[in-house]
Amino acid sequence: MAIPKEKLLQAYRQMKTIREFEERAHAEIMNGQIAGFTHLYTGQEANAVGVCEHLSNEDTIISTHRGHGHCIAKGADVVGMMKELWGSSEGLCKGKGGSMHIADIDKGILGANGIVAGGPPISVGSALAAKIRGRDNVAVSFSGDGSVNQGTCFEAMNLAVVLKVPAVFVIENNYYSEHTSIDYAVGCDDLKARTESFGFPVFVADGSDFFDVYEAAGKAIEHARAGNGPAGVFAEQGRYHGHFVGDPQTYRGEGELDELREKYDCLKKFRARMADSSEVSSEELDAIDSEVLALIDRAVDEARSAARPTPEEVTRDVYVNYHATA
Amino acid sequence: MAEKTMRDAINEALHQAMAEDESVFVIGEDVAGAMGSDGDPGSVGGVFGVTGGIYKEFGANRCIDTPISESAIVGAAAGAALVGMRPVAEIMFADFIGVCMDQIVNQMGKFRYMFGGKSTCPAVIRFAAGGGFSAAGQHSQAMYQVMTSFPGLKVVIPSNAYDAKGLMLSAIKDDDPVLFFEPKVLYQEACEVPDEMYTIPFGEANFVREGDDCTVVAFGQMVPKAAQAIDALAEEGISCDLIDPRTSSPLDTGAILESVEATGRLVVVDEAPPRCGLTADVAALAADKAFTSLKGPIKQVCAPHSPTPFSPELEAAYIPDAEKIKAAIKETMA
Repeated sequence: MAIPKEKLLQAYRQMKTIREFEERAHAEIMNGQIAGFTHLYTGQEANAVGVCEHLSNEDTIISTHRGHGHCIAKGADVVGMMKELWGSSEGLCKGKGGSMHIADIDKGILGANGIVAGGPPISVGSALAAKIRGRDNVAVSFSGDGSVNQGTCFEAMNLAVVLKVPAVFVIENNYYSEHTSIDYAVGCDDLKARTESFGFPVFVADGSDFFDVYEAAGKAIEHARAGNGPAGVFAEQGRYHGHFVGDPQTYRGEGELDELREKYDCLKKFRARMADSSEVSSEELDAIDSEVLALIDRAVDEARSAARPTPEEVTRDVYVNYHATA
Repeated sequence: MAEKTMRDAINEALHQAMAEDESVFVIGEDVAGAMGSDGDPGSVGGVFGVTGGIYKEFGANRCIDTPISESAIVGAAAGAALVGMRPVAEIMFADFIGVCMDQIVNQMGKFRYMFGGKSTCPAVIRFAAGGGFSAAGQHSQAMYQVMTSFPGLKVVIPSNAYDAKGLMLSAIKDDDPVLFFEPKVLYQEACEVPDEMYTIPFGEANFVREGDDCTVVAFGQMVPKAAQAIDALAEEGISCDLIDPRTSSPLDTGAILESVEATGRLVVVDEAPPRCGLTADVAALAADKAFTSLKGPIKQVCAPHSPTPFSPELEAAYIPDAEKIKAAIKETMA
């Protein structure tokens, strides 16, 4: 499918923003600047962007513990996200959520989620709301190859079919659930067939290729948006970092990461395709690179000097109110 | 004013809320019933009949039957509420919290806090709770005492039909997730319930009896039993405050402390086992904040630390009754 130049530039900008956000987060964590557990999306950028380029603010996504990429792709404010990683009260979630719980309801981001397969049931609820209201929005849940063995994932998929709601299940196979290979943890040989047996179509994509993901996600989202019930996307692509920052990655084969970065890099692939098709010049992409690096620098600078939360914040926002409005 | 059962009072609240607000819908297992069969669609209305007639009045789009998938039901309610709907989900028996705890505690209960106060989750989850039906270990638990310990959730335990309607209408209008525990042994109990809509605010206890000698705090199905005990003691010249908190989260600590300071004695009654429960919670509150007012030991009346037994004789011995409550009041008066 032909993609307008403006959208191509936007897609590249988003992927590059995720890449630089994650690499900078990695560096700052190693420097001891960011607390807590952080799971990086580096390498999988084309998955999030290939899906979210089909979505509006009225469509929702729900993400995973590896959620920075999905949030950026769906339009979350990058500076606010960096401030959130820093635990600042100026962060997107006032420093209450951190890396694993970044959310922006107005942008249709129903939150990154620290529980594996916690998101799919909630996403079905958002899809159900669209159906009840008679709107043509879709609800996308991102989850990983670890999530497909959780009961909540099965329950959500079945309920989505039963209620025929516009839920799109995007399964990102990065080959490892934490430190365990999908070859060990998924008991069947054909995960696509197993998922399709719930009763909805699954479109498979090369997760290192924006265009492939964009096409597969387009089919799935169109299916759901047209009122045909749920659909799935399987995108395969390894992550460049460990399960979490600091993971020694003893489960990797020799040369595995080098090969991944060399042969399966979404930014390199995107640039190579643009060089072939001449749709976008390398100078235009270089210019985006510079802008993104400047944005990430600014985000870190602002995060470093952003306001710190005060102790009275601890008990704020637990509830909306303690008494029902009459 | 007409007498209505707790079942009918809650049913009426659901009908009225759905008629008033298009964003309210019900979802759960067999809340309509007879889906996909040759029978009469909507003829079930919930296993306890609480959602009866809703399917016929509001249709399949707002009375949604689900497979037996509790996590998916709570998740669907949570997700729909996050985007502005007001779902009322039914999880049949409170015991089934065990299979959907994550969606309740880690998901809907924490959205608002983790997202920096930028979201609301106006979902209600209904449960039939507690013992009294010889339903044994997996269909008899109160569970509300467990859920009270989780910040972000509101916990409601009505003890009569009037309160049940007003509390349900408050729950539906509330912008926070509300867990609504219906003591199933009280479904058939009736009292006067107005036809019109009204709300009962959360965190405001009801003084069921007023007296000078002892404060009795009771939850859910223990409220009528405590009233029975107190009425019997009145004949012996002992008068008690009976406080029904109605919601355990938020808890009306002010009403409890004020009463304890006046009477100097406290008996706390619940049907759940004693460890880390509501009786211990209220006892600790009084010991901490009203110690100098106390004239006798705080007494806890609850089930023993065991699962709920099946046999009617065993269950009768397990769930606190008026005699045990009377004995506890006398003990602290001694």
